[in-house]
Amino acid sequence: MKAMAELVKGIYTENPVFRLALGLCPALAVSTSVENALGMGAAATFVLVGSNIVISLLRKAIPAKVRIPCFIVVIASFVTIVELVMGAYLPELAKSLGIFIPLIVVNCIILGRAEAFASKHGLGLAVMDGIGMGIGFTFALVLIAAIRELLGNGTLFGYMVFGPQFQPMLLMILSPGAFVTIGLLMGYFNILDDKMRRKAKAAEAGGGGR
Amino acid sequence: MDLGQLLAIVIGAIFVSNFVLMRFLGLCPFVGVSKDSDSALGMGMAVIFVMTMASLVTWFVYNYVLVPLEITYLRTIAFILVIATLVQFVEMVIEKTSPALHKSLGIYLPLITTNCAVLGVAVVNVDSFMVTDLPRNASFIYTVVHGLSAGIGFTLALILMAAIRERLDLVDIPKSMRGIAITFIVAGLMAIAFQGFSGLKIG
Repeated sequence: MKAMAELVKGIYTENPVFRLALGLCPALAVSTSVENALGMGAAATFVLVGSNIVISLLRKAIPAKVRIPCFIVVIASFVTIVELVMGAYLPELAKSLGIFIPLIVVNCIILGRAEAFASKHGLGLAVMDGIGMGIGFTFALVLIAAIRELLGNGTLFGYMVFGPQFQPMLLMILSPGAFVTIGLLMGYFNILDDKMRRKAKAAEAGGGGR
Repeated sequence: MDLGQLLAIVIGAIFVSNFVLMRFLGLCPFVGVSKDSDSALGMGMAVIFVMTMASLVTWFVYNYVLVPLEITYLRTIAFILVIATLVQFVEMVIEKTSPALHKSLGIYLPLITTNCAVLGVAVVNVDSFMVTDLPRNASFIYTVVHGLSAGIGFTLALILMAAIRERLDLVDIPKSMRGIAITFIVAGLMAIAFQGFSGLKIG
């Protein structure tokens, strides 16, 4: 049950992008189309799960003083794997993600989870945490990308949605669209969070009264 | 090497493809350290310094270590280690030589290791100046100048944002939009302004 909770928390209550404000750079940069967003999400999830596994297994062997450089080397190795594999089998995707593949190394989500979670927990929980955070990151990316692609290009996964008369808002594909989209989404998530907290408080107060 | 090309690199890195607003690099410090102008300036100076140094050092590492050994596919690992070491080293040197400077920049230096703009500038340098057939000296000068101007571009965006956010403190913003959310909306408006530079052609 605990493992399930670790998986779910990454998706909503501790969503890395909207709630923790981590991994913002790739979230904005590659969200011009849903396809790119899925590719980036998959790459980051692979690195996250891989580095969580290795760091969780090595957590007793790594001295506390040099742990950050050790984590970075582990993460950078997995990123290099992704870089080479993607370059070999998905050259189109690798080209459109560009420098944001090597930059997965400095994605704060991955180092953050290594430091805050994987180095303190066993293998099973660390894997679940990696998968959950990875899905949460991918979900955020796809949500931003869907809004931007739909409004800025009139398409989803490259298919026309609105028909030929649709005038695309070019600005949404360009960088200002990314900033405005994530700003509004964060505001929306704040409202949702506020509502949930109020409901939880009301339920608690009601339960206490009885 | 010609000056027109050099000018194009400078203007390009500061305005046309500003690292923060156009390339989406270094957003974490951009929203984290832009609450007041003083710390924005301190962070900006530290980033300019580290980005220039990182461009310089990674140029040597790439051309004299990775290329001769034919291990250029390891550049990500090599660069992040070099940058982490560099930041640590710079911090120690500043601490010994100029305590006053260390006091004002000190707290920002450790944050810079995970600033993706620094690794970003190293990777962009490789892609645009090193794998091409530019002569060695030109590639070196372009790399260092690009690092310096990318840092200046980052600082410009950071200071502008800090100035706007200081005024935003006095404004009545809906509760759910306070903090990071409104910062992104402001960044969007700034990006629209910077979009105006994108038609610029120099050199």
